[in-house]
Amino acid sequence: MTETTAPSRPAPRAKRSGRLARRYAAERRFRAYGIAAIALSITFLLLLFGSILNQAWSALQQTRIGLDIHFDAALLDPDGTRDPAILAKADYGALVKKAWRERFPEVRKRRDKRALRRLLSVGAPYELAAMASADPGLIGTTQRVWLTASDDVDMWLKGKLAEGGGKRAKIGAKALGWLTMLRDEGRLERQFNSAFFTAGDSREPELAGVWGAVAGSFFTLVVCLGLAFPFGVMTAVYLQEFAPRNRWTDLIEVNTNNLAAVPSIVFGLLGLAVLLNFAGLPRSAPLVGGIVLALMTLPTIIIAGRAALQAVPPSIREAALGVGASEMQVVLHHVLPLAMPGILTGTILGAARALGETAPLLMIGMVAFIVDIPADFTDPATALPVQIYLWADAPERAFAERTAAAILVLLGFLVCMNLAAVMLRRAFEQRW
Amino acid sequence: MNQQTLTLAAAVTALGLLAGGAQARDQIRIVGSSTVFPFSTAVAEAFGRSSDFKTPVVESTGSGGGLKLFCAGLGTGHPDITNASRRIKSSEVENCAKNGVTEITEVKVGYDGIVIGNAAAGEPVALGLKQVFMALAKQVPIDGELVDNPYVTWRQIDPSLPGAKIEVLGPPPTSGTRDAFVELAMEKGAKAFPMLKAMAKADKKTFKAVAHTIREDGHFIEAGENDNLIVQKLEKNPAAFGIFGFSFLDQNADRIQGASIDGVAPEFEDIAEGRYPVSRSLYFYVKKAHADTIPGIREFVAEFTSDKAWGPDGYLADKGLIPLPDAERAGVARDARGLADLSM
Repeated sequence: MTETTAPSRPAPRAKRSGRLARRYAAERRFRAYGIAAIALSITFLLLLFGSILNQAWSALQQTRIGLDIHFDAALLDPDGTRDPAILAKADYGALVKKAWRERFPEVRKRRDKRALRRLLSVGAPYELAAMASADPGLIGTTQRVWLTASDDVDMWLKGKLAEGGGKRAKIGAKALGWLTMLRDEGRLERQFNSAFFTAGDSREPELAGVWGAVAGSFFTLVVCLGLAFPFGVMTAVYLQEFAPRNRWTDLIEVNTNNLAAVPSIVFGLLGLAVLLNFAGLPRSAPLVGGIVLALMTLPTIIIAGRAALQAVPPSIREAALGVGASEMQVVLHHVLPLAMPGILTGTILGAARALGETAPLLMIGMVAFIVDIPADFTDPATALPVQIYLWADAPERAFAERTAAAILVLLGFLVCMNLAAVMLRRAFEQRW
Repeated sequence: MNQQTLTLAAAVTALGLLAGGAQARDQIRIVGSSTVFPFSTAVAEAFGRSSDFKTPVVESTGSGGGLKLFCAGLGTGHPDITNASRRIKSSEVENCAKNGVTEITEVKVGYDGIVIGNAAAGEPVALGLKQVFMALAKQVPIDGELVDNPYVTWRQIDPSLPGAKIEVLGPPPTSGTRDAFVELAMEKGAKAFPMLKAMAKADKKTFKAVAHTIREDGHFIEAGENDNLIVQKLEKNPAAFGIFGFSFLDQNADRIQGASIDGVAPEFEDIAEGRYPVSRSLYFYVKKAHADTIPGIREFVAEFTSDKAWGPDGYLADKGLIPLPDAERAGVARDARGLADLSM
């Protein structure tokens, strides 16, 4: 810089080399700042991942108690019809009670019996019902069945329940004795927590799963992308390739840019007013969620799409026109395929934001407790970030590790989407 | 590629229009308070499991938001039941009536205690409501005059209290727990001062402003809506206190302890019998007109009001709900099952 302003007399050699050294030093510092910035972000990322993983890994296992269950034919199916309706309605709780009585005959007081039964999840009888319905041949036999333990037992075995708490302790002295006995007999085991990946939401942490939310997020995202992608790309193509430059197109451009910056809750309010109250679409449906999120994603796709189209060299268009292609052919055969990687990147960014959104879903009733797993676009559903939010708020201790595990599932979902985008981009990538 | 996505979009839109037609609903829809949410969902799940009806959908919208949705009208587009951590207001009843929702059944389900507590490692404390007010109000009366709260340590308020700095973690003003705390603890605490008591009679508005305003000089820390967060922070800092719902004390008895207030500890029985001063009633409201159109409403109410759910040994008590006294419970259950009309 100084060379240009200083008189053109060459500086003394020593002074010149000193300046050179300073410039090299500045160069090195500049690079060091860059590396430090990257190192810092990686440290924070690792810290974040580390703390989530550290909390989440134990949710992959669920404590189960092995009980010798006698599938009593006289109790389950007195007439021997093996009718699924009768089998589904039978009193499986009684089987569990009986199994406890046989294992701990010394427990007689009503209060203690209750405490004993509470070692198992309230879902245990339903597990037996599912087993018997799936395999009626079990009836009349005695089996060692691994039943889901209650969340308190699970937390205790995982060492997450501190001793103490006095008379309000989650696991009393007697229960502690029984559990130690069961553990010494090998009847207390931590097994893979398959319920977490296959079940819908539940108020019992040991029964709660993330599948309902995954399905809800999937349906929502399908609707969102199905609407936002074609509309976004068409808008971008028309505005960039065909539209005349006038006051109207300027207005549209300014508004798309503004729309991209609108807080997401506003789209939720719009969904409530227009889609639910006016159009009469069902509440809590992924369809409505998808439309709302599509409105939110649309500006992102349009802006990214226009930038990608603009980056296609004009020579490509001119060459195509030169050999006699129509304008539509120019766009569809040449410009759009070349711009597609950029458009896809924008779409994935928009979809990733939509996937993590809860605020607009609150207004249209998707922040809800939903047990049944949604099977189509109009079933009540929730979404992964909503599930994380609801679990993080739950008082039961065992939900903490499930919250962390659900965060990992959400991250996994995002990674899958990004991979898909990378692969699509590879497929479209063309060099010129 | 583009054509395919276009077709997909068209299919989705068509599906939407199909679903848009007025359709019968076979699933109960519940909205309302986030305080009642854990209990309502537990009943919904048990109901879905034990009956042939679908599991009701429960939304957490807050008491006010829930009543607004509930009162918006009749028909399948509107919720059937709303939960509330306070009683319905007469203005809300009027709003309901304006939209055709005239027959409402009120069901009082139990109590929720609000606890001031610290880490189990810290020393147990006995507080009075007056002391709570002195520790947390923005302005306190000293020598007959309202001045900005000068208390920095607990000992300055009362020699029996610990010498630690006043540090209380609590919910933000948007939270229902905060509303209830301000109304039940701060207001009663303020009335322990003769000067403020007189003011409550003479000038209700100013009194409320004084009693409901919490200090903002760093001694009260807004810790977000999430009570779990407060519990975690208390564990890390044994000198701090926190304000949270009873179910969080119940679930974390190995980590935190509740301070006794006016000599009563936040114990299950004491809240149930009304001795613990900082407790509120929880309700849900049923739209009677829906009872014959939406299947399962009567059965859901019956499940909620059965002793296996809301009794002293029921599964809701396990979740931290404090049941009504036996006689009252029986009466409420009878009225609820008969879908008796609300009387204000």
